[in-house]
Amino acid sequence: MPEKSTKIAILTPDELETPPLSLTQLAWRRFKRHRPAMIGLVVLSLLVIYALGGSIFLSEKFANFNDTSQRLLTPTIDHPFGTDSIGRDVLARTIYGGQISLLIGLTAVVVETILGILVGALAGFYGGIVDNILMRITEAMLNIPEIFLLIVMAKYFGGKIPELDLFGRTFSGSVVVIVLIIGLTSWMYLARIVRAQFLSLKENEFVLAARATGTPNIDIIFRHILPNSVAPIVVSATLGVANAILAEAYISFLGLGVQPPTATWGNMLDGANNYLESAPWLWFFPGLLILLTVLSINFLGDGLRDALDPRSRTV
Amino acid sequence: MTSYIIRRFLQGIPLLLIISVILFALMMSTGDPVATMGGRRVTRASDYERLKRQLGLDKPIYTQYLYWLVGNTWTKVDVDGDGITDTPGTRLGILRGDFGNSLVNRKPVMQVIGERIPNTLILMLSGELIVILGALIVGVYSALRQYSLLDHTVTALSFIGYSMPIFFIALLLMFVFAVLFKRWGLPYLPTVGMFDPQVGKSVGQVLYHMVLPVVSMSVVSLASYSRYIRSTMLDVLNQDYIRTARSKGLSNRTVIFVHALKNASLPIATIVGLDLPFLLGGAVVTERIFAWPGMGRLFLDHVSRADTPVVMGILMLVAVAVVVFQIITDVIYAWLDPRIRYD
Amino acid sequence: MVNLLEVKDLRTLFHTPEGTVYAVNGISFHIDEGETLAVVGESGCGKSVSMLSILQLITIPPGEIAGGSALYRGQDLITKTEKEMEEIRGQEIAMIFQDPMTSLNPVLTIGRQITESLRTHKQMDQHAAEKRAIELLDMVGISDPEHRLGDYPHQFSGGMRQRVMIAMALACGPSLLIADEPTTALDVTIQAQIVELVTRIRNQVHMAVIWITHDLGVVAGIADRVLVMYAGYIVETAKVADLYENPRHPYTGALLEALPRVDRRRDRRLKSIPGAPPSLLMEPLGCPFANRCEYVIERCKDSNPPLTPVDKDDHSIACWVDVRTGIPR
Repeated sequence: MPEKSTKIAILTPDELETPPLSLTQLAWRRFKRHRPAMIGLVVLSLLVIYALGGSIFLSEKFANFNDTSQRLLTPTIDHPFGTDSIGRDVLARTIYGGQISLLIGLTAVVVETILGILVGALAGFYGGIVDNILMRITEAMLNIPEIFLLIVMAKYFGGKIPELDLFGRTFSGSVVVIVLIIGLTSWMYLARIVRAQFLSLKENEFVLAARATGTPNIDIIFRHILPNSVAPIVVSATLGVANAILAEAYISFLGLGVQPPTATWGNMLDGANNYLESAPWLWFFPGLLILLTVLSINFLGDGLRDALDPRSRTV
Repeated sequence: MTSYIIRRFLQGIPLLLIISVILFALMMSTGDPVATMGGRRVTRASDYERLKRQLGLDKPIYTQYLYWLVGNTWTKVDVDGDGITDTPGTRLGILRGDFGNSLVNRKPVMQVIGERIPNTLILMLSGELIVILGALIVGVYSALRQYSLLDHTVTALSFIGYSMPIFFIALLLMFVFAVLFKRWGLPYLPTVGMFDPQVGKSVGQVLYHMVLPVVSMSVVSLASYSRYIRSTMLDVLNQDYIRTARSKGLSNRTVIFVHALKNASLPIATIVGLDLPFLLGGAVVTERIFAWPGMGRLFLDHVSRADTPVVMGILMLVAVAVVVFQIITDVIYAWLDPRIRYD
Repeated sequence: MVNLLEVKDLRTLFHTPEGTVYAVNGISFHIDEGETLAVVGESGCGKSVSMLSILQLITIPPGEIAGGSALYRGQDLITKTEKEMEEIRGQEIAMIFQDPMTSLNPVLTIGRQITESLRTHKQMDQHAAEKRAIELLDMVGISDPEHRLGDYPHQFSGGMRQRVMIAMALACGPSLLIADEPTTALDVTIQAQIVELVTRIRNQVHMAVIWITHDLGVVAGIADRVLVMYAGYIVETAKVADLYENPRHPYTGALLEALPRVDRRRDRRLKSIPGAPPSLLMEPLGCPFANRCEYVIERCKDSNPPLTPVDKDDHSIACWVDVRTGIPR
């Protein structure tokens, strides 16, 4: 047997391996390498600080304070983003509007994630006729364009929920409605992903082992298979926030979303084409904020996708 | 291949049925059922009862669904609301094209929608064309120049493109090409309607008015699909058969535009099918901004006036269009890919 | 007499995020007209990369041909432009690849894939090219060739696809055929057929063949001479009979010993080579085989032996030790 000398400067593949890292550490390392994702994270944090922190400096009353003698002023030191058609300060409204838009984005994603996981898990795990029915319904929903459904549901369910008081702010009931209908029309994408995960993971041996020890199905689903599917769910949820913010913007722009005086970035753009030429600051700033938010979330999601699934290709 | 086509069509039928059930459920749960069926608001209880019977609302829900679907000409209904079904029904049901009459102008729904469809089709077809050609050109070019400045710029622009709401794109485009151009004395693009009423509805006018709406609608899809094509093209360029083609001494041009592109462009058919719902949704917003007299704008107008028959008609039509179109694109894909065609 | 192909000190690298991969580290060999040279070695030893480098088929970046020359009929292929290489490829030097399933374009007919070389290099018109294509398909043993021109690759079986590839490669009458593991992906009976086919054709048209493989069994049936490669280096070259009777490099010896044999005693274990090949991320210091070698001496760890002839003609090894005696050379 040849003696293995340590003097040889030839390294075997084993020796070249890096020291063992946990999955989270590995993922974080890969994430850090993705420059656009890091930029997205920074920009997003700044935007969140803007929306939340801004309310320290400017009160909600100020955002809703209207003085028609001050209407449609171009941006000045007093009003850095100008004023709107009834004299409200646009900057303040983008701050409070941002809070609502972001809130809607996050809560809608919670709704759609829960729905998506439920449908996907049940379909993927039980298969057979359950899968068939659930997938037909999913496909049917996917075939109806989201905006159409949103418009109809917003119009018809709009006034049904009364106002809420949370965190010292008054939310019109329309916010809850919007959150629910966005959630109800966006769960399908996640359901398909979760189902695919379950279909493949279901055959793995750890599931067999769990079954052999008598674990009830519900536990298998939620404590065994689901934690192994976290990666695509996280990516989907992140990108879902971007989609929800956009959906809210669309529906509010059409006048069917959150109703004034509560501001959102979307409803600040409602009727903006009347002021296309005369007051571009009315639509430019909210629009820009939407763009920056959605863009940074998309970068973030792209980075997460790379970090959590190294086998997927970067585009 | 023929069996594939037949199979796809057969698969579409239960799908459409489920969609019709979902939409019917939606319709039933929204607002005043009396208004839904085409009556006006009544105040007297006895009138309300009579109206209910007249409109068939006292029947069980699956019967109502059935009548909605296939009409009631084959059975007797209660026309005068006295509780006795004595007259043959007149509704044909949506399968025969009868969506009822508009609550706003009493015209048959199909007619109201039909007047507007061509206008939307003009926008959508042009938009789709731009998206396909644009995505191929941009996608292939960035794949060929991977990691170059051009590639990075295009990627950044693509990300921005599909992160913008369509109406923001439209507003920006309008601001630059209509407002600023006008200010700077350059020829500028119109932003309202399909044609200038003073000039009349000519091809030139329509084309001129079409530019801004079509571009606004296409940007988002163009941005996302050019990235997709880039990714597909990169995958294809790494395949063994490209290496074989090179080893035969074929010119670079032939390798890329014949061997690679033929493979990379196959998914376009699928993309076009998947994109339709999004394009349709975009049409709604775009038509609103540009006051384009199409189906999307019709939808918004009639939703705001709670004209349920028209709203349901458009929803059903849109869903059917999506399903049928996806079947068509699947079949086209199967036809284009020799591996499926010659099975 | 000028060799058909003479390669001197060829080096190829790949720049990867993990570091530089030293794939081919200065190999030199030659092949004459009509000769069949087998290149043997395990996966990752650089056999395919060296041949791809000669034809400039390496993707640059991340690849880089870092040095050396490949003289084809006296002209250096490494320094030629892409346009000049397009003339050589397919027409003078042709190549067939390992996996016929992925190496043929799935959306083009095989007729098209054969005729396009003919139309590019020989300026044939469509009709003449198709005629020639039918002849070629017949030559490689595809039945009913007229009707199969319009078929697609997926309509052929694995062995037939490889025959189509061979027809494609031979279309323009190249002087040298490089076959990169053409039978590895096929089952054994088909393997034999393909080997027989190539042998028959090369005898017919007096074509030189470089046959890359990791299967020593195939080598015996087809080659005149053999190159043994390890970790990007050539460790032994010899005439084929000589190699089997008299392997002089420890690695070659170990490879031959590792071959399962029908006549071996059944209770003896199969002999394998202990250890693993070195990572190509480091520029090796000393002989790359040193950590797995039975005959290793101190010198092996410090300096890499060059390829030098042994007393017989046409037999060279890169080793500091004489394996027959155990004494350093």
